[in-house]
Formats: sequence, structure tokens, C-alpha cells
Amino acid sequence: MSSKKLQYERPVIQKLNVGLMNKFGTRTEYTPLTHIDGNSVRDLLGKFGSPLFVISERTLRRTFREANRAFKTRYPKVQFAWSYKTNYMNAVCNAFHQEGSWAEVVSGFEYEKALNNGVPGNKIIFNGPDKTEAELKAAIANNSMIHIDHLDELYLIKELAMESNKKPRVAIRVNMDTGVYPMWDRFGFNYENGQAWDAINKIMLNDKMELVGLHAHIGTFMLTPSAYGMAASKLSHLALEIKKKYKKSVQYIDMGGGFASKNTLKGSYLQGIDASPTFDQFAESICTSILNAGFTDTDLPLLILETGRALIDEAGYLLGTVVSNKRLSDGRRATILDFGVNILFTSFWYDHKISPAQEFSQYTEDAVLYGPLCMNIDVIRENITLPPLKRDDHVVVHSVGAYNMTQWMQFIALRPAIVMIDKDGNSHIIRKRETLDSIEKDEVLPKYLKDFKL
Amino acid sequence: MKLKKNLALSDSGFVFDPSTGDSFSTNPIGLEIIRMLKEGKNANDIKSQIVKTYMTDDASFEKDFYDFVNMLTKHNLVEGEKEKN
Repeated sequence: MSSKKLQYERPVIQKLNVGLMNKFGTRTEYTPLTHIDGNSVRDLLGKFGSPLFVISERTLRRTFREANRAFKTRYPKVQFAWSYKTNYMNAVCNAFHQEGSWAEVVSGFEYEKALNNGVPGNKIIFNGPDKTEAELKAAIANNSMIHIDHLDELYLIKELAMESNKKPRVAIRVNMDTGVYPMWDRFGFNYENGQAWDAINKIMLNDKMELVGLHAHIGTFMLTPSAYGMAASKLSHLALEIKKKYKKSVQYIDMGGGFASKNTLKGSYLQGIDASPTFDQFAESICTSILNAGFTDTDLPLLILETGRALIDEAGYLLGTVVSNKRLSDGRRATILDFGVNILFTSFWYDHKISPAQEFSQYTEDAVLYGPLCMNIDVIRENITLPPLKRDDHVVVHSVGAYNMTQWMQFIALRPAIVMIDKDGNSHIIRKRETLDSIEKDEVLPKYLKDFKL
Repeated sequence: MKLKKNLALSDSGFVFDPSTGDSFSTNPIGLEIIRMLKEGKNANDIKSQIVKTYMTDDASFEKDFYDFVNMLTKHNLVEGEKEKN
């Protein structure tokens, strides 16, 4: 009897505002995403629980190869270094290492992770403003590239170099005006006011250290490729001046990261897919600047890229389930999902694309999407047009591969599992769902607080 | 409750209110409910009809039905007193 019944859809009615701008945006998110690389969303959630992060290895490798091709077709010596902070799941890091990426780390924790993953010490770039003495000693012993952020660090390395039989391989991070706002001048040494030259002179005149490179990282989610061209020109100029003054060639120029992914920033008029430059545009700007700077072909430095977000964002999905629907006092539909800003940190600055994971008719409703946290700030999308979702329906959030799996918070709930789907479509769990035990294992309860009577 | 008498409905889910000039779009189930309301059916009749035809249950539909009726009221498509049952 029940098999004869028709598919049920919640009744909806929507006023038509002909000729008016629709503040809920364009019709882009109605097409359901029922499968990821051949795996049904429903089956994945059934097997690994909801919510669930999914990483498509196929997309990860395809994106890397696209970026690699964009640079290698324009410049003879290119090296990518995987930005651990963007996503340091070991499976993700190793997929990038298999593609040939070195490691770029910004803390002792990440440095250890890279070593444990099997990255040779001399292929680890150690960035960041806080490297402890012990971490610097290890980096010197392992021949890693140490990118100096401030003079205190420079002097500390100098001291350590005197005690060591190894010559630290160092680079300086240079900040500069590239015509974009805000200028990231809190990291490294400034180009325009001479701080960078001062640091270079201090290194070059010290025979205990070797200046191997110059590094810049001009911002994050950069939408202007020409700013990279400007930065590459300024670093090239420094490298050429070092050659002139000290007769020494700098081995590499590291352009850092910051390339925008295809996500849509909040408040952006255009969708990210239209607003974000392609790898080719970034590559054209950077490579042209270095090639035209005046290096001889033997002095052409290695070009290192630490891009993270643009390489992994698109490969990540967050799968979740509808908890409830309600109507707000102003008549707007509110849908509560089983994941919130605790695990989708990037919803603070992106209007993530969210698709239903099952077929619907073409009717839609304007809605607000909330997470399950008992907090007012837990908003996944302030306004979105979606089909009439009902309790237990599934949704898929697109492009969540960058930063969510490193910046997520263990707040009032357990963090979900992460699954990687390999290039043949097989799913592999790469991080288990947390348990109460895994959270409490490092807690220590003093004996006198053990018992109580209520 | 009673819907405004002169609402114009099309088979594709287009609803026109000639008294205000407002137009609306509704999905097939919404259209079916509006038609039943126009025929004067009460909430229980509508519920049993929908539950018989579609893959849903009394509790789920009742929740959706009252939300839908609230939206009809908000859109000014209802006239007269709410039905008491």
C-alpha cells in the first residue's frame, strides 16, 4: 500500500516579487548533490555518522596538477610546499607529498608532524613568528629552511649557530606595499623602510649562517594577481642587489600563499567562482615579474609556492542532516542543521555553497541556516534559497577543505569523522569521530573532587 | 478558516490575488491544500486526504500544515475567522 504513495514534499508558498532585486541571491543551489566521487551521500552518512567531512582525493590531485602545470609551463624551476596549517590531516599532507610537495610549517607541532610523515628535514620550510630554541636547534640539525620573522629570532639563530657544527640555512620574510589593503606588515622585515636590507646585511656579514632564500606572504584570499607580480619584482630586486653587493646568488624566492579559492566571501557581489583568479593568472603575474627582473639563466632562483587554500578547499565537503525547521517571527524559514560554526569555522567569512543531497521539485524557499549550538552566533548561512528540506534530509556544504579541519573547535559536541575517497572511489576513514574518552583522556580530576552527594 | 474567494489558481502552482495584485508560487502539495481549502474542507479532511496519498504521517503533516496555513495568513490570502476544530 505504502509503495503506491507519492513522494511527500512540505507545502510551500512564496510571494513573487517581479522586477525587484532578490536579496537572497541567484538560483544556484537547487541542484542536489547525491554522490561524491561515486559514493552516495546517504550511504556515507549511514556508515560514518552525521555530520561528516569528506575529502575527494581525485579533486585534490587534479587541483594540484592544475596549479603545478600553470607555474611549470611559465617558469623553469618550481617547487610547491604544502601549507600544513591549511589542513594537516596526515592523509592530506601525504597526498600532496606524493605529488612532490615539500612541507611548509609554522609551529613546532607542525614541524614534528612533517618529520613524522617522512618529509626529509631539508625539505621543510619553517615559518612563523614563534620558534622555540629547541625547535630552532632541531631545524638547524635537520638542515631545514628557517624563515626568520624578526631580529630576536635572527640573533637567537646566530647564537645557536656558534654552538652548532652546522650552518643554519635561513631566509628572511619580507613584507611590503603591493598596493593591496590591509598591508601585512606584522610578519617579517619591511622592504620599503630598509628593515629587510638591514636583516640581509646582518646575515650576509655573518659566516655562521647561509642566506638561501627570500620569502614573502602578502595576504590571504587575494583576488588581485598583480599584487603578487609586485611582490615578486621586489623580492627579485633584493636578490639581484645581494648578488651585486655580496657576489652570492639567492637559491630561491618563496612567494608564500594566499591565493583565493572559489568560495564566495560574505558581502561579495560576484560568486567566488567568477571573482577568484585562476592559477594561470597568478602564475602569469609572478613568473613574468621574476623572468623580467634581470636574472641570468644560471642565477634564476627556484620559485617556491606555499599555496594551501586554493589547493584543498574544493576537495573538501561537509555532509550533514536537517534537525528541524521553524518559522521566525518575521515569517522567514529557519532550518537547523546538525553542524555549526564549531566545525564549519569558515562560515564566519564565506557564504558557502550548500546543496540538498536528495531530489526535490523545483519549488524553493528563502531560509536561514542555523547550526545546533545553543548560541546566537551559530549561523551557517544568513540567507539562502533551498528546496523545502524536512527533518532527516541531508545537505552538502561545498569547498570546506581549507582551515576547517585545523581551526575547528571541540565545543559542546564531538568532532566528526573525516573520510577520504580515493581516486578509485573507495572511502577511507582518515580521522575517527571523537569519543568522550578521547576528549577526557588528558583531563585530571583531583581526588578530593571525585565524590559528591546531591 | 476560509481562503479569499476570488483567488485564481493555475495548474502549475501560480496563485493570483486580484484584490491586492499579489502573485505567489506554490508547490504541488501546496496547490492541493489550497484547492481543498477553497472547497471548504477542514483540517482533518485535508490531513487524511494527504496522508492517504503521500508518504507522510499525521504528526509530520500536521506540523507542516499549520506552518503553511500561517504563511497563507501572513500573505493575506485568508479571510474570516479561523476554523475551530
